[in-house]
Amino acid sequence: MTSAVIIVGLLLGFAALCALYRIARGPSILDRVLAIDVLLAIIGGALAVDMAVNRHLDNIVLLVGISVIGFIGSVTVARFVTDRK
Amino acid sequence: MQDFSPGNLIFGGLIAYAVANLLYLPPVELSGRFNVLYAVPFIGRFLYKLVVASFEVFWLSLTQGPRLVNAVVAVQLRSQSDLLVTVTGHALSLIPGSLVVEVDRSTSTLYLHCLNVKTPEGAAKIRSDVRATEAWLIRIMGTPDDLALLQTEVRFDQENEEREEGIRK
Amino acid sequence: MSDTLIDVVTAVLMIGGALMSVAAGVGLLRFPDLLTRMHAATKPQVLGLLLFLLAMGLQMRSWVLIPVLLVCWIFMLLTVPVSAHMVGRAGYRTKHLRRDLLSMDELDEVVEKAANKKAPGRNPTERPDET
Repeated sequence: MTSAVIIVGLLLGFAALCALYRIARGPSILDRVLAIDVLLAIIGGALAVDMAVNRHLDNIVLLVGISVIGFIGSVTVARFVTDRK
Repeated sequence: MQDFSPGNLIFGGLIAYAVANLLYLPPVELSGRFNVLYAVPFIGRFLYKLVVASFEVFWLSLTQGPRLVNAVVAVQLRSQSDLLVTVTGHALSLIPGSLVVEVDRSTSTLYLHCLNVKTPEGAAKIRSDVRATEAWLIRIMGTPDDLALLQTEVRFDQENEEREEGIRK
Repeated sequence: MSDTLIDVVTAVLMIGGALMSVAAGVGLLRFPDLLTRMHAATKPQVLGLLLFLLAMGLQMRSWVLIPVLLVCWIFMLLTVPVSAHMVGRAGYRTKHLRRDLLSMDELDEVVEKAANKKAPGRNPTERPDET
């Protein structure tokens, strides 16, 4: 179990680094908002892993809250994005 | 999490009633039928496609990466009902590899962005796949008119096949 | 079922979910334009979350929990395509995609036709059914 948790942590960390690179690099605001969505999903996954390993349910509301934030954020940004070029 | 009580339930019901009546939206026109016998295999098919497509996109991102060729494909659906077009678009967007970019309500046409489509044959395959998904959903929750349309179409295809076999003989 | 078996299944599910996140990360890095990256982004949100929630359900060993987890997943299923469609449509209409990567574009002709039909001076990237 411990080794599995270490592997999962490494994989999630690598994925989060990739998403962070895309947030920093851009090139447009829509790419950034998409990468932020992925980063939020990765954080939600990490919360779920923590809950599964330590057998508690404290963060399940937080999990739903994170997905709401990602949803509202990307819809708002998509609404107000302007033409390129 | 596990503190279930009748008071909780009643309060939730009150909030739902208030939201539904104070924040009024145009009603969704339901078809009035729901077929569970088709819904269960549809969920199985959806989960299967989800897993397969997820690994496919993973494989493509590793092997092809920046050299991908994609397509925007227009698919005309059979149904005219808002609910069915929405649900079909939802199911397609959830599966990685196809994404609804635009919807034309007047002709109920979906414009899908699809990964790794290089030839018109690939686009035709996606079109038939989308129409199969829609056929499943019509069987689950379509209006009786749509269902009748689908059944005529199926019968027509069968007769065509039989005729072709007859010609071959 | 013995505890070790449940633990092994949980570990496999969690690693599968983490792999989906890695797939999204690699997709974000390697895919060339916005719309292709969107395909990669859907995975950890749908399949990844499903695998993690299954792992949770297995570890908790209580049936009461399953509806709660199911509601959590269905909520995700309802919101993810909406935000993906909004971002994708905004990306298409504001020309965030690379035309050279498309083998065919059947929406382009429709948009052109709608733009020509409309009175001059209006935004040509408007969607066809808003006329």
